[in-house]
Amino acid sequence: MAILSKDEAQTILKKVLSFSTADECEATLTGSTGGNVRSARNTISTAGAVENMSLAVQARFGKRSGTATCNEFDDASLKRCVQRAEEIARLAPESPEYVPLLGPQSYLASPSSFAARTAAITPDYRAEQIGASMALCEQKKLSSAGFFNDSAGFVAKRNSKGLEAYQQVSNLDFSITVRTADGTGSGYAIANYTDLAKFDAARLTRVAADKATSSVGAKAIEPGKYTVILEPAAAIDLLNNMMGAMDVRNADEGRSFLSKKGGGNKKGEKVFDERVTIYSDPTNPDVPDLTFAADGRPQQKVTWVEKGVVKNLYTSRYWAQKSGAPDIPPPGGWIMQGGTQSTADLIKGTAKGILVTRLYYIRAVDPQTLLYTGLTRDGTFYIENGQIKFPVKNFRFNESPVIMLNNLEALGKPVRLNGSLVPPLKIRDFTFTSLSDAV
Amino acid sequence: MKRRDFVGLTGLATGALFLPSFPSLGSAVDPLRLLEPGLDVAQKKRLADVGLNAAKSAGASYADVRIGRYLNQSIFTREKQVQGISSTESFGFGIRVIANGTWGFASTNNVTDAGIAKAAQLAVQIAKANSKVQKEKVQLAPQKGYGEVSWKAPIQQNAFEVPIKDKVDLLLGVNAKALDLGVSFVNSILSQVNEQKYFASTDGSYIDQDIHRIYPSFGVTAIDRASGKFRSRQALSAPVGMGYEYLTPKAADKVAGPTGSDIIGYKNSYDMLEDVAAAAKQVKQKLTAKSVVPGKYDLVLDPHHLGLTIHESVGHPLELDRVLGYEANYAGTSFATLEWKAKGIPYGSKVVNIVADKVTPGTLGAVGYDDEGVKTKRWDLIKEGRLVDYEKIRDQAHVVGQKESDGCCYSQSWQDVQFQRMPNVSLQPGKTPLSVDELVRGVDKGIYIAGNGSFSIDQQRYNFQFGGQVFYAIEKGKITEMLEDVAYQANTQEFWNACAATCDERDFRFFGAFNDGKGQPSQSSAVSHGSSTTRFNGVNVINTARKIG
Repeated sequence: MAILSKDEAQTILKKVLSFSTADECEATLTGSTGGNVRSARNTISTAGAVENMSLAVQARFGKRSGTATCNEFDDASLKRCVQRAEEIARLAPESPEYVPLLGPQSYLASPSSFAARTAAITPDYRAEQIGASMALCEQKKLSSAGFFNDSAGFVAKRNSKGLEAYQQVSNLDFSITVRTADGTGSGYAIANYTDLAKFDAARLTRVAADKATSSVGAKAIEPGKYTVILEPAAAIDLLNNMMGAMDVRNADEGRSFLSKKGGGNKKGEKVFDERVTIYSDPTNPDVPDLTFAADGRPQQKVTWVEKGVVKNLYTSRYWAQKSGAPDIPPPGGWIMQGGTQSTADLIKGTAKGILVTRLYYIRAVDPQTLLYTGLTRDGTFYIENGQIKFPVKNFRFNESPVIMLNNLEALGKPVRLNGSLVPPLKIRDFTFTSLSDAV
Repeated sequence: MKRRDFVGLTGLATGALFLPSFPSLGSAVDPLRLLEPGLDVAQKKRLADVGLNAAKSAGASYADVRIGRYLNQSIFTREKQVQGISSTESFGFGIRVIANGTWGFASTNNVTDAGIAKAAQLAVQIAKANSKVQKEKVQLAPQKGYGEVSWKAPIQQNAFEVPIKDKVDLLLGVNAKALDLGVSFVNSILSQVNEQKYFASTDGSYIDQDIHRIYPSFGVTAIDRASGKFRSRQALSAPVGMGYEYLTPKAADKVAGPTGSDIIGYKNSYDMLEDVAAAAKQVKQKLTAKSVVPGKYDLVLDPHHLGLTIHESVGHPLELDRVLGYEANYAGTSFATLEWKAKGIPYGSKVVNIVADKVTPGTLGAVGYDDEGVKTKRWDLIKEGRLVDYEKIRDQAHVVGQKESDGCCYSQSWQDVQFQRMPNVSLQPGKTPLSVDELVRGVDKGIYIAGNGSFSIDQQRYNFQFGGQVFYAIEKGKITEMLEDVAYQANTQEFWNACAATCDERDFRFFGAFNDGKGQPSQSSAVSHGSSTTRFNGVNVINTARKIG
């Protein structure tokens, strides 16, 4: 029962609001069901199933607000939940950043955000998929460690000002690391879908297995500045970090890579290579997303960077009112425009460079320049004259996605990863600062 | 909120970053209600038996259940205002079984006889489904049942009983002090955790535990508008396994850094107002501090900084599940394999003595029993530079010929399966009397680093890079000036073999990691790391300053 219909969800929410005596009240109901299975050393390690539904009630008296939630849905429990939210609201100090709840909103439809096939996954199906993946590695005398995780659910909102929202979502994640028996080679593949129909464990396992065997015998080459091809799985985290730093308030306050000397922000300025265009679109069938934000604001198509120019920054509702900035919520996923070339095509067009499968343990070093450090992992190769010549030992990098997107050589065809569409990127002068012995 | 829940719902890691306020499974409740007694022990035992019996009836050869009530309260502020007060409660039931030699797990918030029985049957169904593709059957180290026992963290003042107003006043007082001293921005936070856990297993244990954690912290930022430069300095507090008494400063708990450094460290109590005053002064100095010249330096690392280095370069590589390959797809493996250990290669210099423990009062790792019903203990990991042992749980002990678990199994909540997590891992203080000033006196060209900053290490725990909060140059045995843009890169074995000296127990104190991530789905755990100020010779320091447009 964790996936309620719109009517079922709104019936509960209407009842919740009817119990409130607060000046304003908003209720959010979420439910999901799902499961996971994990493998290592070509055998199952752990597996589990989780089903849950939760109600959150936010009550407001003037500029004071409080939130309570419950997991039980009889009338007495719902009433208690509303009363607790109201009690906390009375205890809380007034917020100088208070903004009234939103009234009725209109939201885009994004019907492909839920797939019944994903919601119907069973423990047997998970076991079969991870079993087939392990068997493939066993045949090749390789060792696999994988993770399969699925969930399906809904989010519904309603408030005393007339706002009403409902959407169903589903998700499936699969990732696999394949290592050679002697531990001298390692490969990786990852995928993320809304609909189970697109899932192919065998294809992903073969990708990781091929990388494992071809990464054996890695040579050490000097750290320094290299042209790199970052596969989407290597590019996504640095780009995610950059997208997460596009808050207008931090920029206005002078503590962002988008702050301007002397005050203000860099909206409207060219900050990246002119081939960089990034937008979000919750209705994109390849990466469908929620069409409303947590505070009820609509999620629509927003261009964040166009031809290297910063076009929009996201904001809280309070800061939008105070600063006059367009009232745009932060997006869920994002889409970076790319070209038509595959990673293989990018390799063919590279005289000298390094192919990077995955980056690991990425941490901020300097928020002023968005400098990050981290390491390559699970398949790093030297490219010469358009071909992969040999595997190389892993590197530590110290690099900023801002510098990276100014040193852009080429973009390939975007693929879905972690709810975003990410192209492979060819970057010049990517900074590797030391070698790692890790495989 | 719990990040995974939203990620799981939407499939967007970014969504979790951008949309932090969708409600999750934790229930925000009136803090006063958190003081109401939950189920009594007799009720929990009866419900636990329902689960254990249902699992056995469905074909489980072993089962354990955890009935948990997890309370969290966080207060967030910035400058003169409270940004949010969140009090959450999460209550539910998780059951782990072995059927056909394979693990299965299921959890539910429907803590009724019917809900528990259904979860038990689902856990067995999962185990049986997976057993068809299972190669290695689970081998569980024997564990005697303890009968009905209990353990309570030895706190003096339950933080959940302290009025919210008092906590808000403390944080806003910290902010006011920072603003008075001229910082551009300040934020502060107080997080409190109470785990009320009931464990029962088919071995015959019924264990009731009450665990507390608290973490006060702040960050101050100074901005030079003309140059566009900004710098921040985070608190030198540690998350601890204590009650609100941690926030009553005691003079005896304060430890001065080296002369000239302006650093004060804290042991079992924390002076938040004193620290923020120091931070406000230091963050402004950071704006104009000299950019470090890269090269080899002798590093003098304070315990608040070194704790994280211990965590990453000793704590993680000695987790036996990583060593064996069970974390290969996510957290990684380890250079410190069983074969590597057998070679007797020095992990560190003779100065390096590192112990694991789950028993030190006031630490984040301290519990009476772990989450698979094993009584906790203290044991050696590295003795005089040699690796002597790992961190293990019940299904791993047989791999190293051990008859029993080390007792470091943990789950972040009732709804997640328990697995091997890091115990407290601490560098033992030097046996020879040595003060921090005496340690610095011997350094010709070095850097003193206080507080933890950026941290990153590879998936086998060889190559790491660490930053810090405050850096001071050491020249000819004296602190001379503040430095900026400092990070050091090293290899774990080279680094620990370059360990030249560590101060005595007068300087020993704990740093903590409040949210250590591991596992798929990822789980968080809390762990402490003790050390005294320690010197490492000839470490490679890089300059992290870059330019963007």
